[in-house]
Amino acid sequence: MKKNLKYNAIWLAIAILGYVLIYALEMVGVIDQFGETTLVLIGINIILATSLNLVIGFAGQFSLGHAGFMALGAYSSALVTSVIPTVGGFLIGLLVGILVAGLVALIVGIPTLRLNGDYLAIATMGAAEIIRIILNNLKVTNGPAGLYNIPMLANWGTVYILVVITTLIIVNFVHSRNGRAVMSVREDEIAAESIGINTTKYKIIAFVLGAAIASIGGALHANYIQTINPSDFGIMESINILIIVVLGGIGSITGTFVAAFVLGLLDMVLQNFGTLRMVLYSLALILIMVFKPSGLLGTWEFSVRRLFNHKKAKGDA
Amino acid sequence: MQTVLQQLVNGLSLGSIYALLALGYTMVYGIIKLINFAHGDIYMLGAFWGYYVINQWHFSFWPALLSAMVFCALAGVVIEYLAYRPLRNSPRIAALITAIGVSFLLENGMSYLFSSNVRNFPQAMAVKSYNFLGVKISNIQILILVVSIVLMILLQLIIRRTKMGKAMRAVSVDPDAAQLIGINIDRTISFTFALGSALAGAAGVLIGLYYNSIDPLMGMTPGIKAFVAAVLGGIGLIPGAALGGFVIGLLETATQALGFSAFKDAVVYVVLIIILLVRPAGILGKNIKEKV
Repeated sequence: MKKNLKYNAIWLAIAILGYVLIYALEMVGVIDQFGETTLVLIGINIILATSLNLVIGFAGQFSLGHAGFMALGAYSSALVTSVIPTVGGFLIGLLVGILVAGLVALIVGIPTLRLNGDYLAIATMGAAEIIRIILNNLKVTNGPAGLYNIPMLANWGTVYILVVITTLIIVNFVHSRNGRAVMSVREDEIAAESIGINTTKYKIIAFVLGAAIASIGGALHANYIQTINPSDFGIMESINILIIVVLGGIGSITGTFVAAFVLGLLDMVLQNFGTLRMVLYSLALILIMVFKPSGLLGTWEFSVRRLFNHKKAKGDA
Repeated sequence: MQTVLQQLVNGLSLGSIYALLALGYTMVYGIIKLINFAHGDIYMLGAFWGYYVINQWHFSFWPALLSAMVFCALAGVVIEYLAYRPLRNSPRIAALITAIGVSFLLENGMSYLFSSNVRNFPQAMAVKSYNFLGVKISNIQILILVVSIVLMILLQLIIRRTKMGKAMRAVSVDPDAAQLIGINIDRTISFTFALGSALAGAAGVLIGLYYNSIDPLMGMTPGIKAFVAAVLGGIGLIPGAALGGFVIGLLETATQALGFSAFKDAVVYVVLIIILLVRPAGILGKNIKEKV
């Protein structure tokens, strides 16, 4: 317990340091408005991609419908905050989004998670498309035009804090008893079943948790960008999130952070290239996959504990 | 009754396009277990090739169709060689991401080189409408149906009757065993890509003629729907893909005819999910028992 306290304190220090660093850079003027937007988008992408990594990397369930849950979070929060445009409203919107996305994930997950591999991918993609088409045709969501003038209740600080909280939730879940059960399903479903793990239950837990966290990303997107419409949450968005996960390394949260930063910065650098930007982006994607198929970091995780033990071992020798 | 027949005709012509595309998906999936996301974009390449040769070189319809098939077959083989072959032994998800990358590259590369404007496909053939028992059928609809069915029969003959077809079937059952008995796997996979892409090229020219407009992003939605069609019919099965394509085409036109055009894509996905739940192996697929 005491030992863990030390590591946890270090992590807390890193989190606070990161916040202070961005704050200082903002004050000094190194990060301008454009840089801040890039950072916020990177943060939102981290939330979305870590939650998808939980589903794909740790539970081994190939979901292609993450943007659907993001859309539910975005619309819930946008609708709630346009009625109650306060921080409290944002929190209520966040909560509503989490509940709606979780509930829909439960409804979608119970039948579809019986499928595996590519079939699951296609079924989840279909489910996300259905969500998008419904949003596209509802009165309350203003159809294809989408919602605009959403109050700006999220700034980089909100995003930063939520990135830290969601990452904590996911990492702690993965390291818990339930998390180990989820990973056993990924390693070998039949073996897991034979030692008494209710595989369907754990798959659904991971899927619902992933969806709920994705809705947080959606809510931040809505309240930072201030306009949303259904076409923001199509298959392309799901694939964009998937690319971050795969690029960083499936099953590596550290990798997801690195990949979100790399892609976010790449996007910023290529901004001046216009249409050519997407061409270069896709080329980079193909080249990385051809030469490093396991992603940038594979399943490697950054760990304060290992860093310390490593030092200690060196000191003893 | 007449409207039902009319919608049936429309649905069948649209469905045969989906079927042609779905065949490519199903063959590639059957042989290397890869969802080739770039397949829809090969169809787009076919349409652009047709547009180019008809406008610039004044090809008539048949040479345009055949040259588009050859061009797309080459494109498919090149894509397989450069992007998918190096990933043959890596995790499947890496190959899938590469396929998505290739799809992005084709879409954005075409937008970059030729601008993303929608353009009119040249009328390589005068449109004639026939009235048959009160049902309007255009010569293009008949052409689409006939060409697709002929191509499907040809494909079935190639797969069932030729040596290469036999090799394809062998590789899809067990690549290692196929290699042991002397089948050149690389060549067989290239051949599969060539066949599938040629069909997609034909579909591209036909849809250009039918809908009259093409753009660099035209392959995205039909590509996904064709994949749905392949899954619906039973992925890896040639007759399944054809059946799935027709089912999706009919479903889409039926939804439109009933006045739910906004939901036509949603209906396709709902049916897909239901089929996957009831018969995970697809309509024609056989359930294979899982061995421990």
